[in-house]
Amino acid sequence: MNVQTGVAPASDIVIDVEHLTKTFDGRAVVRDLSMQVRRGMIYGFLGPNGSGKTTTIRMLCGLLTPDSGRGTCLGYDIRTQARQIKRHVGYMTQRFSLYEDLSVRENLEFIARIYGIPRPVQAARDAIARLGLAGRGNQLARELSGGWKQRLALSACTLPSPQLLLLDEPTAGVDPKARRDFWNEIHGLAAEGLTVLVSTHYMDEAERCHEIAYIAYGNLLATGTVDEVITAAHLTTYTLTSRDSAMMTRLTDELAHAPGVDMVAPFGNSLHVASRDAAALERALAPYRQQPGIDVAKASASLEDVFIDLMSRAQDNFQ
Amino acid sequence: MPHSTAPPLKGGGLWRRTYAMLLKEFIQLRRDRISFAMIVMIPLVQLLVFGYAINTTPRNLPTAVLLQEHTDLGRSILAAMKNTRYFKVTQLPRTEAEVDHLLASGTVLFAVEIPAGFERAVRRGDNPSLLVIADATDPVASGSAVSALGPLVQSALSHDRDVMASSITTPFNVEIHARYNPAGTTQLNIVPGLVGTILTMTMLIFTALSVTREIERGTMESLLAMPISPFEIMLGKIIPYIVVGFVQAALIIGIGIALFDVPIFGSLLLLAVLSTLFIATNLSIGYTFSTVAQNQLQAIQMSFMFFLPNILLSGFMFPFSGMPQWAQWVGECLPLTHYLRIVRAIMLKGSTLPDLRYDTIALFVLMLVAMTIAVTRFRRTLD
Ligand SMILES: Nc1ncnc2c1ncn2[C@@H]1O[C@H](COP(=O)(O)OP(=O)(O)OP(=O)(O)O)[C@@H](O)[C@H]1O
Ligand SMILES: [Mg+2]
Repeated sequence: MNVQTGVAPASDIVIDVEHLTKTFDGRAVVRDLSMQVRRGMIYGFLGPNGSGKTTTIRMLCGLLTPDSGRGTCLGYDIRTQARQIKRHVGYMTQRFSLYEDLSVRENLEFIARIYGIPRPVQAARDAIARLGLAGRGNQLARELSGGWKQRLALSACTLPSPQLLLLDEPTAGVDPKARRDFWNEIHGLAAEGLTVLVSTHYMDEAERCHEIAYIAYGNLLATGTVDEVITAAHLTTYTLTSRDSAMMTRLTDELAHAPGVDMVAPFGNSLHVASRDAAALERALAPYRQQPGIDVAKASASLEDVFIDLMSRAQDNFQ
Repeated sequence: MPHSTAPPLKGGGLWRRTYAMLLKEFIQLRRDRISFAMIVMIPLVQLLVFGYAINTTPRNLPTAVLLQEHTDLGRSILAAMKNTRYFKVTQLPRTEAEVDHLLASGTVLFAVEIPAGFERAVRRGDNPSLLVIADATDPVASGSAVSALGPLVQSALSHDRDVMASSITTPFNVEIHARYNPAGTTQLNIVPGLVGTILTMTMLIFTALSVTREIERGTMESLLAMPISPFEIMLGKIIPYIVVGFVQAALIIGIGIALFDVPIFGSLLLLAVLSTLFIATNLSIGYTFSTVAQNQLQAIQMSFMFFLPNILLSGFMFPFSGMPQWAQWVGECLPLTHYLRIVRAIMLKGSTLPDLRYDTIALFVLMLVAMTIAVTRFRRTLD
């Protein structure tokens, strides 16, 4: 099945929630959130710190009860059928939550027994071999490096053969090579039909998702494929380049205060300028086009531009 | 489209999940050197400390002797007392008021009054009374001193041919006034009592930490996301410590028998079964604290708040029958109260289960109440 196209039949919708709201101490942390995730999809969940990603994921697997709203996960009601959801969902928490004082093998055996996997000792041994940790099964989990901890946690999540994986920032603090391996693994799992919802702060990871959702201050601001999200933002962007660093500093200052310019970000010798209003941006840049030593070139908006723009707009609206 | 094949959700599996949980707890306990040391060290240290107090016959007990008459007999009793290492006659007061003051201030722990006309009464065979006043706040010390006094006076008198010839039985009474602790707990009560208090303390602490520790280490979030019920988690966390408690109880009773000659008149099996019940009751209560407390410190504080009345109102420190009614009612709600009765009755009186049914049922009810609260209080979500 091509996950990118076509309307999926209802049974192929793995996560289907509407109007979820969660309040902590009178503060709405998630507001009126609705989303649908189809089977086999890698769904990226992005948003600034404290935007409600973890809270949403916890509601999806029955660890938090929404204050209002309804929904299903794998066809089970998130309010009343938490037990069935737990059996078929693998949840990898943001903070490492395996037992640090148990060995790799003991952690996996524990999970295998809880989920009723036949021959748990064998199942754990196989998982260790697949992980590439053969020979280190007796090492305590606390002695593993950050990258290995994350891979062990993922392996623990997938051990009971879940149908849905909820991964909360699985690659935070992991080196680029380990991150790439991790993502290759996620793609492999998705190819086997697993649905993966993964939260992240990394743009390159967002680009490896089939679809993404962007949440800020508890509000879902954008959903779709990466291209759809970028197009929908209607951002016009330019890159200004100059070798004169004093000139760059002056430019940055002037453009930041120019009307119609929404974003100015220096990158080495170049300056990234973006705006939702194309005409206003043209007007703001017009004086610099003739100046010698400055090169003005049209650029395409990156996902990061879009997210920063979404976030600053959300800040204006909700704070 | 390939589907992942999860094994079907089984209806049963309660024991399987409980087994997984208790296996995990066992491994964690084994890795935790300090807890492990605590299991062995607490009973050992406690017993040796208490055992020292039990074992050492009091020496040089500061004593006051009030001689109301100056006769040969009086002087030979005084000399006999001075000759033993039990008593150290430090004061020779002249009035009873002075004796009271010496006792109240703690200058002496023991006072002997030889009343006026004592010698004459003995010789006449009137069976007069020798008044002994003991500060019984330390019942172990004063108790053995009191019991040592009788033979001592007797031997003092045996030098006196006339007296011994004229009577076959003891020619006088020792009238004892135990002050401050009228019941004077006996030594044999202490080892059985220690079994109960040590178990209460260690069992409470072990389970009181079990849930809060998972929350503080962040492992609770994973555990809650797994298909395991609060009841299974509770069983898995309690059962390993039943074994631990059992080892401790065996250790204390074993040492008690070996070192202090504590007898066991009743059935060892019954003692083992009812001790297990008592252990499970305390574990359930500790576990309940763990589900209520916000963090490990709170859990410890709650355990301690519960431990204190157990020590004070159970009959371990003070005789149960001597307590006011309200305190007795509180005492009836504490597991240690019932266990003390059970363990003293089995070890010292040889009681059987029918004799102990009331206390057994009480322990059982307390355990069920604690477990019910724990399972209902257990937070299944992170709300
Ligand atoms: N149990 C709770 N009680 C009170 N407030 C909470 C609780 N859990 C989360 N919050 C608050 O809700 C907000 C959203 O938290 P959440 O963890 O969902 O954000 P997040 O998007 O996962 O952030 P991050 O990227 O830092 O992980 C935060 O401000 C947090 O302080
Ligand atoms: Mg988070």
